[in-house]
Amino acid sequence: MSDSHSAQAKQYWKENIRTVLLLLSVWFTASFILGILLVDELNTIRFFGFKLGFWVAQQGAIYVFVALIFIYVSAMNKLDHKYQVDEDQDDYVPDEDYYHIEESKAE
Amino acid sequence: MDAQLLTYIFVGVTFTLYIGIAIWSRAGSTDDFYVAGGGVPPLANGMATAADWMSAASYISMAGIISFVGQDGAVYLMGWTGGYVLLALLLAPYLRKFGKYTVPDFVGDRYYSDLARLVAAICVIFISFTYVAGQMRGVGIVFSRFLQVDINTGVVIGMAVVFIYAVLGGMKGITYTQVAQYCVLIFAFMVPAIFISLLMTDNPIPQLGFGSTMSDGSGVYLLDKLDGLSEQLGFNTYTEGNKSTIDVFFITAALMVGTAGLPHVIVRFFTVPKVRDARISAGYALCFIAILYTTAPAVAAFARVNLINTVSNASYAETPEWFKNWEDSGLIAWNDKNGDGKIQYTAGKSFTGKPSFAEARGSNGERLLTNAPTDNTNELYIDRDIMVLANPEIAKLPNWVIALVAAGGLAAALSTAAGLLLVISTSISHDLLKKVFMPEINDKQELMFARLAAAAAIGVAGWFGINPPGFVAQVVAFAFGLAAASFFPVILMGIFYKRMNREGAIAGMLTGLIFTFSYIVYFKFISPELNNAEHWWFGVSPEGIGTLGMIFNFIVSYVVSMVTAPPPQDVQDMVDDIRIPQGAGASYHHHLSH
Repeated sequence: MSDSHSAQAKQYWKENIRTVLLLLSVWFTASFILGILLVDELNTIRFFGFKLGFWVAQQGAIYVFVALIFIYVSAMNKLDHKYQVDEDQDDYVPDEDYYHIEESKAE
Repeated sequence: MDAQLLTYIFVGVTFTLYIGIAIWSRAGSTDDFYVAGGGVPPLANGMATAADWMSAASYISMAGIISFVGQDGAVYLMGWTGGYVLLALLLAPYLRKFGKYTVPDFVGDRYYSDLARLVAAICVIFISFTYVAGQMRGVGIVFSRFLQVDINTGVVIGMAVVFIYAVLGGMKGITYTQVAQYCVLIFAFMVPAIFISLLMTDNPIPQLGFGSTMSDGSGVYLLDKLDGLSEQLGFNTYTEGNKSTIDVFFITAALMVGTAGLPHVIVRFFTVPKVRDARISAGYALCFIAILYTTAPAVAAFARVNLINTVSNASYAETPEWFKNWEDSGLIAWNDKNGDGKIQYTAGKSFTGKPSFAEARGSNGERLLTNAPTDNTNELYIDRDIMVLANPEIAKLPNWVIALVAAGGLAAALSTAAGLLLVISTSISHDLLKKVFMPEINDKQELMFARLAAAAAIGVAGWFGINPPGFVAQVVAFAFGLAAASFFPVILMGIFYKRMNREGAIAGMLTGLIFTFSYIVYFKFISPELNNAEHWWFGVSPEGIGTLGMIFNFIVSYVVSMVTAPPPQDVQDMVDDIRIPQGAGASYHHHLSH
């Protein structure tokens, strides 16, 4: 794929990394910081019938994980579209066309 | 109708369903057999991944463990779900774009080395076998308790069913049976949970119920009540942790990273048509998993309160039927230390080790033990694995719910066993034979070898189920530790660090493997008497050591790659290519035309 070396592909990758790092920092905060390191401090706070630290570790963190993946999916679909690297053009490639592309690339 | 007849009906109907699906979706080519032709819709893949992932351990054991350890059980809850975030954001889309069949395929191609492929294939086989042994045992336990057949007969029936749909259907058959198995297992897990939540707190949603007040009109919150009961009997406070923070941190990380590196989970993302589908199906998968994983801690708390209320200071003669049933199965044992005929359930072990029963019965009708009693006041032994299975009986739910739980347990164990067996057979026929030792075989022969390998793997797994090595529970630490210390770093750097080369990857993988393996073997098998925080490195238990192995893997591979030649240009181009979603459909199309 010749365009993958282009500046555009590099820019796409950079934005991708930024998105992933941002989401992973939320992932780390919810589980390791709130659910583990600060759990005793949070347990002094009441959250309905739960101690907050206990709730984060046994419930809250899991909800955050689910939300993160769906946010990632929607962010990446937008990013793919912005840089036109999404797979919409890949749909229903007839055999002749596909091999034609392969041949033209080989030339 | 009695519970046993209903169980026969439920199990019979679900097994017929699984076999029917297998016949309808049998595989015709290696492509079908390995990755279901790469045409699985994302929602179906999400369900299949959830069933693949949630094993007998998640379904039967996890809530039971949490019930006994309370807050510390969070390591499993976060560890076994948080890994999906890593999988979705860092691995799945790129491996789908890569578009081959297996994890060793990626390792071998990305690091242009058959040695790397070989090491990866051996790891895959080892990890999957340690995991599958426990599943077959789970099948046996469910059969023996609910259908009153011998554990071994249960294992053989389970083997026969998996044989039919894994050998015949390959990945295609497994995928669609897993979809059905997910529906069965989640329904079977949720129905009793909702019943019990209603019973105890008047709230039909278990996730909210265990934070509500008790339904007995006392106005006391369920968890406060549980904390009180625990303290009163000398147990640790339920909502507070006991493990050291550093150990909890490392175990959670090892379970998360290990989850993301487990081959039978990763391979599921090779089966969808597009990169976009790989991303969203990880989301669906975690959604489906989260339903069970957020319910399990609620079930754990309910079960704990119920158990204490039912057995504490109850007269043995008046205990309900389930208590005596499980005693007959050897998973409950009572030792009337003070001779008052009542059950004293307090902290500490009533005796050391597993119960060994004498032939005779005691004066109250209980099974007598040959174990020497400890000098604390606790008289009760309860196997943690029975909490989920016994829960409906403890809460006096109708018989059909009890039968449903048995069918769900079988679905959980069989779906995971099938996924693992497929990965083992693929590793043998594809990674070892086709790619390394017998490259001249054609597609048809490779498919035949895949089926033979699946059949042989089922045989070995069944043998482990019938003759369980005493260390099954201990070796689970292996599966996650090794996956965390080997695959995760190698795949991650293969995608995100273009400069990573063959020498670095192999050195890193071997370092992670050997370190983690030695640490676990040392503390679990060679010197188990030293297995405590005092002797652990940095206070990290063998369960969490995979995290340290992973860190060593990253460091060693980086350093080695810096002082050796960069990877060839075509490999670097390949890395550029997998970073961009475009073209995955074409590579799928390309596959099919071959």
